This record gives sequence, C-alpha cells and structure tokens, in this order.
Amino acid sequence: MSEFIYLTFDGLSRGLVYAAFALALVLIWRAARIVNFAQGAMAVAAVYVAYSVTNATGSYWLGFVVALLAGLVLGVTVERVVMRFVDHSSPLNGVVVALGLVLIIQGTLGIIYGNEYLPVETPFSRDAFEVGGVAMLSRYDLFVIAAVGTVVVLLTLLFTRTAVGLRMRAAAFAPDVSRLLGVSVGGMLTLGWALAAGVGSLAGMLVVPTELGVHPTAMDVVFISAFAAAVVGGLDSPIGAVVGGLVVGLLLSYVSGYIDVTVAPMAVLALLVVVLLGRPGGLFSSSKARVA
Amino acid sequence: MTAIEARPATSTKTMPGAPRRRRVHPAIVIVVGAVLVVALTYVLPPFRNYQLATVGAYFCVTAGLTVLTGLNGQLSLGHGALMATGAYTLALSQNKWENLPLSFALAVLVTTAVGAVIGLAAARLRGPYLAGLTLAVAIVVPSVTSTFDETFNSDQGLSVMLNPPPEQYPMEQWQAWLCWAAALIVVLLLALLVRGRFGRDLRAVRDDETAAKLAGINIARTQVLAFVVSAACAGVAGALFAYLAQSVSPGAFPLTLSLFLLMAIVIGGLGSLFGALWGALLLVVLPTLSQSVGEHAGSQRLEGNLALIVFGVVLVVVMLAAPGGLASIPSRISRLIRRNR
Repeated sequence: MSEFIYLTFDGLSRGLVYAAFALALVLIWRAARIVNFAQGAMAVAAVYVAYSVTNATGSYWLGFVVALLAGLVLGVTVERVVMRFVDHSSPLNGVVVALGLVLIIQGTLGIIYGNEYLPVETPFSRDAFEVGGVAMLSRYDLFVIAAVGTVVVLLTLLFTRTAVGLRMRAAAFAPDVSRLLGVSVGGMLTLGWALAAGVGSLAGMLVVPTELGVHPTAMDVVFISAFAAAVVGGLDSPIGAVVGGLVVGLLLSYVSGYIDVTVAPMAVLALLVVVLLGRPGGLFSSSKARVA
Repeated sequence: MTAIEARPATSTKTMPGAPRRRRVHPAIVIVVGAVLVVALTYVLPPFRNYQLATVGAYFCVTAGLTVLTGLNGQLSLGHGALMATGAYTLALSQNKWENLPLSFALAVLVTTAVGAVIGLAAARLRGPYLAGLTLAVAIVVPSVTSTFDETFNSDQGLSVMLNPPPEQYPMEQWQAWLCWAAALIVVLLLALLVRGRFGRDLRAVRDDETAAKLAGINIARTQVLAFVVSAACAGVAGALFAYLAQSVSPGAFPLTLSLFLLMAIVIGGLGSLFGALWGALLLVVLPTLSQSVGEHAGSQRLEGNLALIVFGVVLVVVMLAAPGGLASIPSRISRLIRRNR
C-alpha cells in the first residue's frame, strides 16, 4: 500500500511536468494547427543553456530564468525564421520541417556539449517526506507542483482575462476577420510560439534533473509521453492537456514501479493506440467547433 | 505563386508514371541499373563496394517509404523500427537455422505482419496523429530489446552467423550484388505496382478521400495495403542491414534513422522512385563526408553530429524552398522565368 501511495504521488508530480509539456503542444496547435515535433529538442536546448549558465555562475536560479528566456527567444526565432514560411496546404509539411529542426538542434547541441549525459542539479532535495512511515512528496515535487500550477493559472488568466489573450484566441479562430479588426495576426502567432516554447523549456527544466541528466535526445521519450497526454486530452483542450498529463504520469509511474522502467515507453505506445483508435479527438472533445 | 504551389508535395511532375516517363518500361531501367551496378563492383575498391551495398539497402526502404508518404500521403516515422524488426528476425533465424534465404523470407514476413498491425491503426489516423503514433513506435525499439533481453540481449544486441560467400568473389563485392539484387527487385515490383490501378488508388486517396470514396475506392484497404507494402520493403532493408553489419543492436536503429529516411525521400521529391535512389545515395555520402570533415578538424563531436545538422538543414530548406524535391527545381525555375517575362 505504501508503495502505491508513493507511486501515486510520484506519478502526479511527473504528470504535472507532462501536463506542462502537453500544454505547450496544445498552445501551438491552437494557434497554428501544427504539432510542434521540435518541442522536445527546443526544450533540451534551453536546459543546456541553463546548464552552461549555472556552471558559469554557480546559481541554479539564474540558469533557470535564463533557460525560460532562452525558450521564449527560441520560440520566436523558430516561428519567425522557419515556421512562418511553411506551406500549410498539406499537414505533412509542418511536421517534416519540425523534424528537420529536431535534427539541426540535436546536431548543434551534440557538437557543443558532446553526446553524453551531463548531470544536472536540482534546487531542492528529491528525498520524499515521510508521513507515518509512508514516503510521499519531496521538496522537489512541491516545487514542480508550484511551478506548473503558476504557469497554468497565468495562462488561464492571460487567455480569459486580458485583451492580448482575447486577440490571440481571435487570431487563431478567425484570422481574416481579426486582421480586418486590427489584430496583428502574425504577431499573435509569434507570441503563441514564444509562450509555448517558454512553457516547454520550463517542463524541460523540471523533468531533466529527475532522469539521467541532459543529453541532446533527453526529451525524446518525454515528448512522446507529452504527445500522448495531449492526445488523451484532445489537442484542442488546455484542461485536457493537464488531465492527460496526470493520466500519463500516473500510468508511467505505476508501470515503472510495478513492472520495470524499460516497459514505460511501451505503455505510452499502448495508451496512444488505445486512445487514438477509441477516441481520436481526445476525452475532452465534446464540441466540433472551436469555442475558444 | 502560391496558387500553383498549393500542393507542391503532391505535384504530378515528380511522380513515376507521369506521361513523360511512362514510355520506358521499368524492367528496362532495372536491367540497365543491374548492369551498371555489376560493372561498378568490378571497378570500385572493397570499402566503396561496401558503401554501394549500403546504398542498395537504403534504397529498399526509401523506395517503400516514398510510395507510402509521397503517393499515399501517410507520414511514417516508424520505418526505422520496422527495419529493426527485419534485422532482428534475420539475426534470430540465422543464429537458429543458418539458412540465409529462409532468414530473409522470415524477416520480410514478420516485418510485413508488424506493418499490417501498424497499418491497421494508421488507416484511421491522419496528419500529426499518425506521425505521433509512428514516432512512438520508433522510440519503443530500445525499450522492447531491454524488456525481452533474453531474446534480444538488450543494448548489446545480437551477432549474426553468416556463411562466407563463394571463394572466387571478394566479400564486399558479394554484399553489393546481394543488396542491389534485392533493391532492384523491390523497386521493380514497386514500380509495376504504382503504375497500375493500385498506384492510381493510392494517389486518389491521398488527394481527396471523399472523391476517392465516391469513385468506389476502399480507403482503409488502400491505406493498409500501402503500409503493408512499404513495411515489407523496410523488412528487406532491415535484413540487409543485419547481413551487412553481421550484427544487430538497438543503437543501429535510433529515432534519427527514421528522420534520415524521411529526409531522403523529401529531398528526392516525395513519391518519386528515382528520388528515393538519390536519397539513399545521400544517406551514405553525407555521413561519410561529414565524418571526413570531422576527422580533418580533429573533432570527434563534429563527426557524428555534423551529418545531423546537414540533414536537418536540407530537410528544412527543401521543404521551404522546393517541396517537390530537388528533381522539381528545374521546372520551378523555368516557371519563374516564364512568369517574369
């Protein structure tokens, strides 16, 4: 029983990271109708930036902030330099270009840092508190919950309570009408990419220390897990992304705990197959038209 | 400009079987190709022959993938995993029975069966969903080999027992012949297949599913068949890789392999079998070049990673500038000139 409780908390903490990453995918999907397959590689790039800054200055938090900024900048760059010029008449094109970016980013990181796992420190201890002899959450888990919670709240406020958020939704929903009404549709798209890449690098910062360390391909499996999370929730639904992330996190935690860590990717694949074949729109796709 | 280029990846200009190319029967091209390859193997030094053999192996899978992605519009990132299936089947069968033809047949059969399973799922998925699912398939390979390590020996992989080739031929020459024999047979079959009704169905489904359905085409069946055919090709390629390397390990089939295959078919022009040949050639030439650049610069990090960057840049640039592939560039330029006159 105590193992079950521990695995549940571990799964929820992991799930929140997947949720953040899935949220980044959903942000771009809603803004541009592209699944950003380069999200994982972009996040790894941001983590490497943090690694360099932290090593140079000795401050984790400076590295953390710089990584988030690097994520924003990378998102803007990718949108302005590459994605803007992709011909969207076939959905394949965006995917192929994103995969090209994956190769470029991973190759560049490999040249700069080498293809080995570099250890990354955590700002807080990962030893779990014990309540009545049962291991539950660690300080790091609390940090993850706080960070992802803050992001979710801020994004919700942005999209529902501010003029910029309204413009972003309008630009995605009806680009032509929005343009006539004076909304800078291209600008909103860039902003969407920047936000998504920022959230993605936050997820990368949170997840990489809990695994083997930072490596150019460190986020490949995380990307698939987050993609599964986004699909479970429906690519259009931010709430779905959070719920999907928690589902995937719990699933992976139980599978790793009760069977073996190596089985985890297979569990993700199985989940993807079941959801895609059973309910391709995701669990939260109630309405056909996009409401928000 | 945009009106004409609205469906560049599907431009009929680069398709095999377009009127311009239909005059030559594929069998003739294949025979000429076979003669060329045999002649080449007598001229080239052993290491180049080995590389030639690798090109042949790559050609099998790129040809199959270009039919699936280019002609049928299904993007698969799982072909690296399918190749791994073929390679492991060959290794297991070879180590048990030491009968190469039997092992090849089994490799193709097993990969085809796996492809059918993925294809059944894929037929219900579109665009990014399909890409995501097949990406998951590609990532699952190391996980499978570690979980069932008694069979697959996890990261170390398996070595492949092979009988030496007939004495009068050098090893590498024999390898090149075998790989190219397989490649040319695969490509001939594919070319004959896409010339006929099946090829028309593939394109019809890709371009407009509703119209295809109205024309009496069974969409799901066509898509599954396309995936099965393409998987069989990947199985041949995987078996050839195991045969060439005389070993198999998950490290030989990373996610980047699937991305490389994608680059190969994009650069040659999606849907073009000739393009698949150019792509296969680049898959061997570019890493070799970048490795020699790396050695020249004395940087080990450069050696492996420069190829990644080059492939990535090529993929992005071709996709942005000439989505029809390199083969479409002359016609695009002439169109530009005509418009500006």
